[in-house]
Amino acid sequence: MKKLFFGSLTILAASFIMFSACNKGGGNEILIGEYGSLTGSEATFGISSTNGLKLAIEECNNNGGLLNKKVKLITYDDQGKPSEAQTVVQRLIKNDNVIAVIGEVASSRSKAGAPICQQNKIPMISPASTNPEVTAIGDYVFRVCFIDPFQATVLTKFAVNSLKVKRVAILKDVKNAYSTGLAEFFEKEFKAAGGEIIEVQSYSAGDKDFKAQLTAIKSKNPEAIFIPGYYTDVGLIAIQAREIGITVPLFGGDGWESEKLTEGKAKDALEGCYFSTHVSTENPDPAVQNFIKKYKEKYNMMPDAMSFLSYDAGLILFDAIKRAGSLESEKIKNELARTKDFAGVTGKISINEQRNAIKPAVILEIKGGQFKYKETIQP
Amino acid sequence: MTEFIQQVFNGLSLGSIYALIALGYTMIYGILRFINFAHGDVFMIGAFSGYYLGILFSFATAGGGTSLGLAFLILIGAMAITGALGFIIEKLAYKPLRKSPKLAILITAIGVSLFLEYSGQLVFGADPKSFPSLLENKPVVSLSGAVIGSNPLVVLLTAALLMIGLRIIVMKTKIGTAMRAVSYNPTAASLMGININAIISFTFVVGSSLAGAAGILYGLNYPSIDPLMGILPGLKAFVAAVLGGIGNIPGAAIGGMIIGLLETFVTGYISPTYRDAIAFGILILILLFKPTGILGKKEVEKV
Repeated sequence: MKKLFFGSLTILAASFIMFSACNKGGGNEILIGEYGSLTGSEATFGISSTNGLKLAIEECNNNGGLLNKKVKLITYDDQGKPSEAQTVVQRLIKNDNVIAVIGEVASSRSKAGAPICQQNKIPMISPASTNPEVTAIGDYVFRVCFIDPFQATVLTKFAVNSLKVKRVAILKDVKNAYSTGLAEFFEKEFKAAGGEIIEVQSYSAGDKDFKAQLTAIKSKNPEAIFIPGYYTDVGLIAIQAREIGITVPLFGGDGWESEKLTEGKAKDALEGCYFSTHVSTENPDPAVQNFIKKYKEKYNMMPDAMSFLSYDAGLILFDAIKRAGSLESEKIKNELARTKDFAGVTGKISINEQRNAIKPAVILEIKGGQFKYKETIQP
Repeated sequence: MTEFIQQVFNGLSLGSIYALIALGYTMIYGILRFINFAHGDVFMIGAFSGYYLGILFSFATAGGGTSLGLAFLILIGAMAITGALGFIIEKLAYKPLRKSPKLAILITAIGVSLFLEYSGQLVFGADPKSFPSLLENKPVVSLSGAVIGSNPLVVLLTAALLMIGLRIIVMKTKIGTAMRAVSYNPTAASLMGININAIISFTFVVGSSLAGAAGILYGLNYPSIDPLMGILPGLKAFVAAVLGGIGNIPGAAIGGMIIGLLETFVTGYISPTYRDAIAFGILILILLFKPTGILGKKEVEKV
């Protein structure tokens, strides 16, 4: 019995190998994989980025496709878990034989998926992972967003020049690479600019009670509080900060960007707070407004930064494939690395030697639950 | 000093919610001698009942206005829903197993817990929902500059009132006497003409409705709710119940407050990363020296 079982297993395995071998060569389609958090507490990240990417693919196919082939997207849900991200990237590469992978938005999940892409020499483009370590994983890993040290520079410039504050407290999420990284870079930059970090407190994503940390921060009388977290926690933090009588502005990075940030009571609590991000929907640039129009027509909602970035990730990938004139992963990788002054919807994008994007950032202010354009800060 | 007063208040308001959940654990343990692991998820259902009732009522009043009367109505509604849920869970999942080994019923409880969590994700969606503002939160400035919001005050008061109400039911009413009798010796109680099934159902209804109330209060204090929100508070409330002496009602209340204060102090003065480690470490120490918990005695009235 046992022998029979193992025998059939071997046959099964062999047929799998044969099938996958068949898949790779033929077909009139170019398969592109994507992984994202379509469910879970950060679901809006995944959904927005898939929507943006789908729009890019639809346009590409309407314009005749790539190398006379149609582009097809395979998206898998990683539920917002790094372990799940590993599994689905493995599946995209091994079972579906995609030629390139787009994802993830979150740095911690990109760091889980990128080593697998690198190992299999499949180019991966992260739309929005801003932690520097992501692209350091290998020469097949790219991104189309700026990185946290730059975001920290932008926020420092903003805090010093526009907010005119000197004493800042930090509340960071210790479970999140993005948050700890951004906090660390900001602390360094802000001190170099003559500011003072008077208190550093932390929490773990998913916590609901932040009053103890906020009370400790309040006792030090900061002029502003830097919260490099995700929108899921920032709303609650703001509500509780106002509840215990903290009135100073709160500011953060692109993790704040989501329509859900200002839901319910958070709307009033976040009035007059700021965050840095990749793009402003108020930007009058026709490319931006055109994208917003198309996105609204298709999905009946406003795009957020994740939609913009994954759209650009798609465009840059198609551009590289066109220039490579081939589907060989090494050639695509080389062309991706040569991307220079590409006019995307999030500004002019160049890929540098570290495979990071060099591009401007914007600061948005929260007014009446809306994100209002405040200023643009160039690289 | 201001900071300290504020931290004490933060801790009490968090602890009162743990205490309410812990009461349900302890009551059910007192009667049936088993841990109802689905209790934390009943708490979650309570919060979601409040969420949907809030939407329903704000449509009815067209303004989405906040009033004390409306909040009270939603609290009662959520307690009724979770009370009914507790009744159904007991009848469907636990009653058929009453004669089975304790392990079977314990595993069933875990099954019910997972069932509620993941059905919740399917029905409510996995992303966090913003709990409706049932009451306007006005800052009430108190002693030496510590700012205390009105919502945490309401939470503390409501929790205290519910606990006093429970105490009256258990100590002064006929059904409370019957509960204590069943807890003390079920066989003898049934020989005295007490309907054990009715008492067990009643205990589940009361315990679950308290969890429902805790869900609403939690939503008031921390207005972001999701289907998995019951796991950690449920676990901590269970620990609170053990800390106070499982089966002992005042013990559960005290245990909840202690856990709430400990967590807040560790977070505020030491490090949030070690919050659970230190809080639970102290718990281990207390149990080492007093294994029955703070109020647990060998011959204690158990309900």
